[in-house]
Amino acid sequence: MILIAERINGMFTDVKRAIAEKDKKVIQELANRQTQAGAACLDVNVGTAAADQEGTMQWLIESIQETCSTPLCLDSQKPDVIAAGLKVVNTDNGVLLNSTPLNKKSDEDVFDKYIEMAEHAGPKANLIALTMDKNGVPQDTDNRVAIAAEIVSKAIEKGFDPQRLFIDPIVLPVKVPNAQVQPCNILAAMEQIQYLADPAPHMTVGLSNLSQGTSERSLINRVFLAMAMSRGLDSAIADVFDTDLVNVVATTEMLMNKQIYSDSFLKVYASTNR
Amino acid sequence: MPVPEVKDNFAGSVNRITLGATKDEGGTRSSIVTIGGAKNVVYGGCPEDAGETPVIAMDVLDSKPQDWPDALAEPYEDVLGSPADWAKKCVDEFGAELICIKFDAIHPDKGDKDADHAVKVTEEVLKAVGVPLVLWGCGNDEKDNQVMPKVSGAAKGEKCLIGTVQEDNYKSLTAIALADGHFLITAAPLDINIAKQVNILASDMGFLLERMVTFQSTGALGYGIEYAYSIQERQRLAALSGDKMMAMPVICDVGYESWRAKEAKAEDSPGWGAVTDRGPMWEAATATCLLQAGADIIRMRHPRAVAAVKKFIAEVWKNTG
Repeated sequence: MILIAERINGMFTDVKRAIAEKDKKVIQELANRQTQAGAACLDVNVGTAAADQEGTMQWLIESIQETCSTPLCLDSQKPDVIAAGLKVVNTDNGVLLNSTPLNKKSDEDVFDKYIEMAEHAGPKANLIALTMDKNGVPQDTDNRVAIAAEIVSKAIEKGFDPQRLFIDPIVLPVKVPNAQVQPCNILAAMEQIQYLADPAPHMTVGLSNLSQGTSERSLINRVFLAMAMSRGLDSAIADVFDTDLVNVVATTEMLMNKQIYSDSFLKVYASTNR
Repeated sequence: MPVPEVKDNFAGSVNRITLGATKDEGGTRSSIVTIGGAKNVVYGGCPEDAGETPVIAMDVLDSKPQDWPDALAEPYEDVLGSPADWAKKCVDEFGAELICIKFDAIHPDKGDKDADHAVKVTEEVLKAVGVPLVLWGCGNDEKDNQVMPKVSGAAKGEKCLIGTVQEDNYKSLTAIALADGHFLITAAPLDINIAKQVNILASDMGFLLERMVTFQSTGALGYGIEYAYSIQERQRLAALSGDKMMAMPVICDVGYESWRAKEAKAEDSPGWGAVTDRGPMWEAATATCLLQAGADIIRMRHPRAVAAVKKFIAEVWKNTG
C-alpha cells in the first residue's frame, strides 16, 4: 500500500504557523515522523497559509529534503505551484504530482500540462488524476469510470505509462445530505477502474475527506479503507499517525495475501512498507 | 510462430551478500563468495536479473560419519577421520566453493563431544582451506547453545555463515554471531510464516536483515521436495515484491536429505539400477530442482553429484552476472 502522508498541509495550524515563522524544524520533524510511521510518500500542500504559494512550496520542499529522502507528493490545483516545486524537488527520490482533473472550464488543457510536467520530471515522476471534468465531480459510478477511461486513454495516447497514473475517484464527505450513496458508488467505480489497463493503473483517495465533520473519523476512514483495498485501491492520502489505520492496512494486505503472515506482522508493517 | 518474450518487472530483489573475509578485511580467507542479488525468478527476465551464480557448499562432518552408505563414503575413504583433510579434498579435487562443517558429533546421541573438539575442528579446517565456511550446529538446542558460540569465536572475523537459529531458540547464537561479525542462518520447519517471524526476531536483536540467509528446511526428491520448492518460490516472490523480511538468500541441505532416501542407498534393489549411481543421481536431481526454485547455496555431499550440479549451474547461469 502506498501511503501518502497528509500532515504537511498549510490547513493544519502547526504547519501554517511554521510557514509564517519559517520554522523548518516543525516541517522536518513531521516529514521524518510520518516516514517512520509507514509513509511511502509525503504530501506537500501550501493550503491557504501563504500568499506566495510558489515560494512557499519551494521552501517546504527544500526544508524537507534537508533531512528526509522520502518521495514527495506536490499537492496543488495550480500548475504554476507544481512547476515551482518541480524546480527544487529531488526527482531521483520519486515524485508524485497531485493532481489534475480530466479538464476544466477555465483550462481545457490542464491534464496535458500535468502530463508534460510529469514527463519532464523524469521516469520516477507519477501523476494523480481525478475522475472529474469541466462538469464537476460526477456523483454516479458510470461517469466516474468514463472519465477514468478517458484519462487512461489520453495518457496512453501521450506515451505516458498508465502505471504512472494514480486515479482518484474522489471521496466526498459522508456527512452531507444524500452523500451516503457515494461510498458504494466509488467502490463500484474502483472495481471497474482496475481493469482499464493491464497492469492496472494505481488508485488513490484523499481518505480523510470521507469522515470530514463526523464523530468517528478514524473508524470511518479505516473501515472504508479496508473495503476499498478489496476493490483494488493501492494508495491513499491519509493520516499515518493513526496507528489503528495503519494496522488495518497491514491486516488487509495480509488477508489479501499481499504480505506473508508472521506473528509480528503489525509491528513490522510500518518499517517494511517503504 | 515466434515465442513472445514475457518479462515481469519486480520492485524488490534478493539481498546480495559476500561470505568470507580476506586478509585485507581482517580474515584469512583466500577466496570469497557472493550470493543473491536476483531481481526475478529463475529463468525469468533478462540475464542480468538473475543475480549471482548459485554456489555449492560441500559438507564436512566434525568426526567420522557412522551411518554413511558405502557409495557415499567411498570417495572420502582416506580422509573421513580428518575434517581438515576432508575439507581440503573437497576444495582441491571437487571444486567446493564453500565448506560446511556439520557438527554432528556434538549431539548428545551422536558422540556428545564438547566445545573444545568443535573449536579444534573449526581451527583446523580454517587452516586447511581458504574458502569461506558454513558452521552448522547439531540441531540439539541445548548443546548448540553451549558449543556454537565457541565455534563462532574460533572463526571470529572470518565472515562465516553460522546457524541455525529458530523461532524458539535464537537469542544466544544471534548475539554471538553479531559480535563475531558472521552471517546468520535463520531456520524454519517448512513454514513460511515462521520463517518470516524468525527473521523479524533476529532483526529485533539488531542483526541486520542483509546479513541473514534463510533455511526453510529441505525435502529430497520423493520426500517432500514439492513443499521445499513452493516455499522457496514463495520466498523469492515475496522478496521480489519488496518484502524486506523475506529478501534473504536461501540455503538448502540437499546432501543429508537426499542420502536419507531409501532409493539413494538401498543395495538389494537391482531393478533400480546400480547403487553407486543412484545416490549421486538422487542428490543431483534434488539439487537442480531446488536451484530452480531460487536456492543460492546448496549443501552437497557426493563429488559426482557436485560435478553434475556444477555443470547445470554453469549452463543455466552462463549469460548472467
